[in-house]
Amino acid sequence: MAILGAINPMLSVGLEGGDKAWRLADYVRRGGYAALRRILEEKLPQEYVINEVKKSVLRGRGGAGFPTGLKWSFMPRSFPGDKYVVCNSDEGEPGTFKDRDLLRYDPHSVIEGMAIAAFAMGATRGYNYIHGEIWEIYERFEEALDEARAAGFLGKDILGSGFSFELFAHHGYGAYICGEETALLESIEGKKGQPRFKPPFPASFGLYGKPTTINNTETFASIPYILNLGGEHFLEVGKANNGGTKLFSVSGHVNRPGNYEVPLGTPFVTLLEMAGGMRGGRKLKACIPGGSSSPVVPAATMMECTMDYDSISKAGSMLGSGAVIVMDETTCMVKALERLSFFYYEESCGQCTPCREGTNWLYKVVHRIEHGQGRGDDLDLLASITTNIMGRTICALGDAASMPVQSFVKHYGDEFAYHIEHKKCLVPVDVQRAGSGFFTATV
Amino acid sequence: MLTSESLKRIDREIAKYPADQKQSAVMAALAIAQQERGWLSSEAIEFVAAYLGMAPIAAYEVATFYNMYDLEPVGKYKLSVCTNLPCMLTGGVDAGEYLKRKLGIGYNETTPDGLITLKEGECMGACGDAPVMIVNNRRMCSWMNPEQIDKLLAELK
Repeated sequence: MAILGAINPMLSVGLEGGDKAWRLADYVRRGGYAALRRILEEKLPQEYVINEVKKSVLRGRGGAGFPTGLKWSFMPRSFPGDKYVVCNSDEGEPGTFKDRDLLRYDPHSVIEGMAIAAFAMGATRGYNYIHGEIWEIYERFEEALDEARAAGFLGKDILGSGFSFELFAHHGYGAYICGEETALLESIEGKKGQPRFKPPFPASFGLYGKPTTINNTETFASIPYILNLGGEHFLEVGKANNGGTKLFSVSGHVNRPGNYEVPLGTPFVTLLEMAGGMRGGRKLKACIPGGSSSPVVPAATMMECTMDYDSISKAGSMLGSGAVIVMDETTCMVKALERLSFFYYEESCGQCTPCREGTNWLYKVVHRIEHGQGRGDDLDLLASITTNIMGRTICALGDAASMPVQSFVKHYGDEFAYHIEHKKCLVPVDVQRAGSGFFTATV
Repeated sequence: MLTSESLKRIDREIAKYPADQKQSAVMAALAIAQQERGWLSSEAIEFVAAYLGMAPIAAYEVATFYNMYDLEPVGKYKLSVCTNLPCMLTGGVDAGEYLKRKLGIGYNETTPDGLITLKEGECMGACGDAPVMIVNNRRMCSWMNPEQIDKLLAELK
């Protein structure tokens, strides 16, 4: 895979070579490490860096969309002692696969972004937590770190500036919950990945109890471009309150699933066209615009959306990580929800009772509806379970499990009712099968 | 319990963390132990815990929490198939069914010759390449249509 298309790209410029252009020499040739070099050689103050990031209105690319510059300003940068910068590359939200491509084709942009962040926040040590399932990418990142150390971009006294920053890779090993930032910290500490209660927030009590800032891979990768082009320029590429370009991972029933870099505010219709349009010329039925946790949006509403935090939020969903899961008319919405509900049940860390028990209930009830054993009051039961999970747990996984259930039932309630009444799918099973396209290669 | 080569790899992992935080290397150390021994027995977990100076129960908690650790023996090749929604839309579930038929086993089962264990995996973060599957936690296989699956099975000997 690769980054298959772009409009006004920043992150993916020069990556056309795919697997051949990820090394340090290639990155330097396309202007890499210039931002870090300029900051250190011109002795720019920390405040300057943080202000540029604030001006860019870069919002966290991991899903929450929190303004990065503001997050950085929470770090007590004059606090003596260890401080940490951590990159969250534990990309396991169904539908999201952008960080994998960034680390694969441009690992040094992440390293440079982390080094700049460390400088701005006075951190001397960092970790990149990489999803265990993408092992080849983890190994590549380790290789890129070796290159950066050898070239003097990491380690002690970087480029003779007196600034030191050590960076290491840490791998996950199969736990979705570790994408939650405090679970991720627990995991780096060598424990079960169970989220911590907040406050205290990581900026005051993070990794090993020290001030820590955690950002997503794409967020860090955007930093060098913001410093090179200027925060205002980055903002202007996107739209007000939604700075810059963003990578969108398009999956599901499209002709060319893959990553696309477009300015925030680009119409969904344009993104869908870039992804080759609907597979087999079929009709769009629904779209999950920001990863599996974000509420599903029916086709008619989705076709009116632009891809930015504000527009998707107005449509009743979330831009999240930019994972666009496209479903056509061959999709059984009950089956789709059943699979998602199983995922959250499987991945609940078990710490909070409403989530541990509730995700199991959600899955069981959707499962029995899908399998022809639904009961008349099951939709009310689902609604009641979700409201009893939401807002009653330490982290957002409980909410993430509930939002798909609420939105699927809200928009496709008739399909669920049909299932309960007729004990079968509204969309015939052979139609669903044809939709996946799996057997067309041999049949 | 582990070869000196594996211990050297674990030492490299320990060096990534502050001197008083050896426990941070437990995930990597367990992965290395599993790679060498095929799966994680209680003895292997206890060995890793002792090596890192942590309580055996703490290492056991980690081994049971993360789903890529195998606490029972698996076949020479462990094949984890993603059936999550984005993969499902492009044939992930069908790929799992196809494999079950071809191998004559279900999920969490091993072929009688001990060659292949089939697992249903969760999102592997490669949905654009759907259907995807991972061999032995290391090698990601993309766009696994029937032809590609046949090719992979022929290769896994």
